[in-house]
Amino acid sequence: MPSEEMRAPEIDRQKMEVDIACAGFGPAMGGFLTTLTQAWKENPADPAFESRVMPGMPLQVVCYERADDIAAGVSGVVTRARGIRTSFPDLNAAEIPMAVEVKLERVLYLLDPIGASRRSYALRLSDAVLRGAGTLLGMKDHAFELPWTPAFLNKHGGLVMSIGQFNQWVGSQLMESGLVQVWPGTPVSGPLVEGRGVTGLRLMDQGVEKHGAKADGFMAGMDVRAQLTVVGDGPVGAVGQALDERLGLPKGHARREWAVGMKMVIELPEDSPLKPGTVWHTFGFPEPEIFGFLYVHPERLVSVGIFVPSWLGDPSRTTYRYLQHYIQHPALWRYLKDGTLRSWGAKSLEESGRRGEPFLSGDGFARIGEGSGSTNMLTGSGVDEAWTTGVQLGEAVLELLRAGEPFTRESLAATYGIRRRASWVERGAREAEKARNGFHGGVVRGMIGMALVGLTGGRLSLGARIPPAHKQIRRTDSYSVEEGLLRKDAAALAMADGRPLHDALMTARGWPEIVFDGRLLVSHQDALLMGGKVQAVPGYADHVVFRDIGLCIACEARTCIAMCSGQAITQGADGLPAFEREKCVHCGACLWNCAQSPDGKHSNIEFRAGAGGLHSAEN
Amino acid sequence: MANTFHIVVCAGIAPDPLQTLEPVTTPAGPGLKNEMVLPAVLDPWAASALYEAAHLAAAHPGSRVWLVSLGPRAKLQQVMMTVAQKASFELVPVDGPIGGFTDAHATAAALTETIATLPGLDRERLLLFGGWESATRGAGVTLQLAGERLGIMDQFQGVDHIDVREDGSFEVLERVEGGKHQASLCAGAPAVLGWATGNLAEPRNNPQVGMANMRTILPALQRARSATLDARGLRYVQVSLPRQQRTTRVAKDMTADAIASEIVEWIGAE
Repeated sequence: MPSEEMRAPEIDRQKMEVDIACAGFGPAMGGFLTTLTQAWKENPADPAFESRVMPGMPLQVVCYERADDIAAGVSGVVTRARGIRTSFPDLNAAEIPMAVEVKLERVLYLLDPIGASRRSYALRLSDAVLRGAGTLLGMKDHAFELPWTPAFLNKHGGLVMSIGQFNQWVGSQLMESGLVQVWPGTPVSGPLVEGRGVTGLRLMDQGVEKHGAKADGFMAGMDVRAQLTVVGDGPVGAVGQALDERLGLPKGHARREWAVGMKMVIELPEDSPLKPGTVWHTFGFPEPEIFGFLYVHPERLVSVGIFVPSWLGDPSRTTYRYLQHYIQHPALWRYLKDGTLRSWGAKSLEESGRRGEPFLSGDGFARIGEGSGSTNMLTGSGVDEAWTTGVQLGEAVLELLRAGEPFTRESLAATYGIRRRASWVERGAREAEKARNGFHGGVVRGMIGMALVGLTGGRLSLGARIPPAHKQIRRTDSYSVEEGLLRKDAAALAMADGRPLHDALMTARGWPEIVFDGRLLVSHQDALLMGGKVQAVPGYADHVVFRDIGLCIACEARTCIAMCSGQAITQGADGLPAFEREKCVHCGACLWNCAQSPDGKHSNIEFRAGAGGLHSAEN
Repeated sequence: MANTFHIVVCAGIAPDPLQTLEPVTTPAGPGLKNEMVLPAVLDPWAASALYEAAHLAAAHPGSRVWLVSLGPRAKLQQVMMTVAQKASFELVPVDGPIGGFTDAHATAAALTETIATLPGLDRERLLLFGGWESATRGAGVTLQLAGERLGIMDQFQGVDHIDVREDGSFEVLERVEGGKHQASLCAGAPAVLGWATGNLAEPRNNPQVGMANMRTILPALQRARSATLDARGLRYVQVSLPRQQRTTRVAKDMTADAIASEIVEWIGAE
């Protein structure tokens, strides 16, 4: 059955045939295309590289990326770089701006110096003990440093990088080869599906109005037919979503755990003592459920950010406000206070790991990267794993091309599937599969569960019943009288000065107001412009769609508004959520932060393919 | 005889102005930090010229459009992945240094040397297009110098529109002070037209146009000739970024007139 879009009245579309069509350019696609181009450079006369659709020409490989530049819209990272270094044995970090080898790692438990975070009694008790024995335990700046970095978190010898810069570096080499074409600013609306197989990609219609109706300059999205379609469009990508919708997930698999990662790139003051290659992992603040990080790049740049998970049982998931409080924690603020915001961004992370793995391949298609469930939730590592899945597919494709075999479900399973199952990515994913189980029963239980999995290599773990993401938004205590009163106070505050409700709610809960300095502490809207450089070209339809607006009217939580990383979803004057795609950073958080469902299966928000987003290349 | 033109568009690349641009001094002179890995765009003024050229060529079947661009080959290729989707052209890349801190005379010499040897170019039908300004060079004289080197006497700068007549002559609207245009009548090609923004919207990305262009662009990039620009005698006394102003204030109860008045007052205060 074709997808809804494919059922739309037939439009005269341009058509094109290529050998391999790819959706999304990130680390996984970088690994895939690098593997192909390295083999091509080694032996351009290899018959494997002869195009089947254009005899006499080299293999026609095209990759379509939604972002307006291959360096835009991605994130900073610390990675062991095991797979990346295998692809580039002579890799010199100095050739990639903002990249440096990891030199020093610390794990810090951050206490709450404000008293506003929602801590359980058990946690308050342990905090009191830590404070009491502070000097003895080496407490400083309301932070307790773990005496060692657990092996599963350790990234020593790895790399601190900006994925934007890394993508740019990889992309330059790819395009210089002449074998592959990476087209930025070209969103893919979905796969071309026949039966359970994929025959290519359909690009987005242009010249349409907000709701998709034809407007001046209408241009129907082209159908790109290919023998193999490689899907690497991430956890909220339109192609991956459409395939999941159509094929379902393998038995026992589900995507129920998510997080939004938001970060700033900050230029440190000239006298900063932080050394490049320094990595901090933090937990405990601004909420116990929120993990944080600080990575020091060369030339006084630092990436600082937090992860707000789906299991934060509270509808006010205001990541930007939380991030502002996070950077002002005394342990961080000591180093950041005279810094300047250089870049800012956010993205959704698919945190189900292997439990969220889709069908990895089928007739004419294969899936790689984060959207294929490769992220390791124990080590908190995804980039290197994603890269490696791309390499594995690249090797498999070369094998099939050389053998002259078609890209079928069986042939891809026997080449790509087998490589993946036999690799360190799979072993790590299996170990990590239950690492986050405990967090659904509270933070302390979660930390114990994670340590148990980490220290036993996944042999021991805590059990868990993980509800769908939309049922994790509220816990019972969110319905308390106290919460109700707080929300009333917040609503009054929001009405009084016109601020967003979720921002007012944090103030009502006791979080101090953010005192803007115009340099590092800036309004959310300024972060979009100064940091993320968010833009969207006209002529595309909205990609965030509210399926049943009646459900939105009845919704009390309105977490889509609270969680929106770009304040692109706001409450309109009529009380309904309003979407402005020019402010959307495409993090996809709204997809898993909607508590309503029109059919019991989907959330009330549809996150489709779209254009624009972050333009900063320093993320 | 139908009018056909041979339009050569000179267009450099510029760092994406949305990025953080940090001036540095390099061994080769002034530059931008990490310029080779900064996302780049086709110089916006020259991009207008390219879209106008494609439009003009489409209106006059048989015309040809070449895009002559000087910059590092790898960078040119990346920029072409976006530009090639917007209009049909034949790329003539010249592998050269990045950035706007090159001597305009040397750049013009490298460009004209390339243009003069373009296979199939009929100089009697030549329209030399480019930007009247550059996002990387405030002087904006490269196009004028290139025209002089090619011996083209009719030059127009700040062009927003041309209207071709049946006899091959054309009327040109050039920007002048006070938001007005000066209308001139040119007898016909050859001529130099340094474009302002023109009146055309930026074309949409058309993947099919992109793929068609790429079949010639990729081989052209592979065989791009190199140009070494002579920088002798060039000395920069001072280099600075354009000053950016940013003042944010949330106001929800102002009328459009009040907002306009405040902006006028703010501009006036500068």
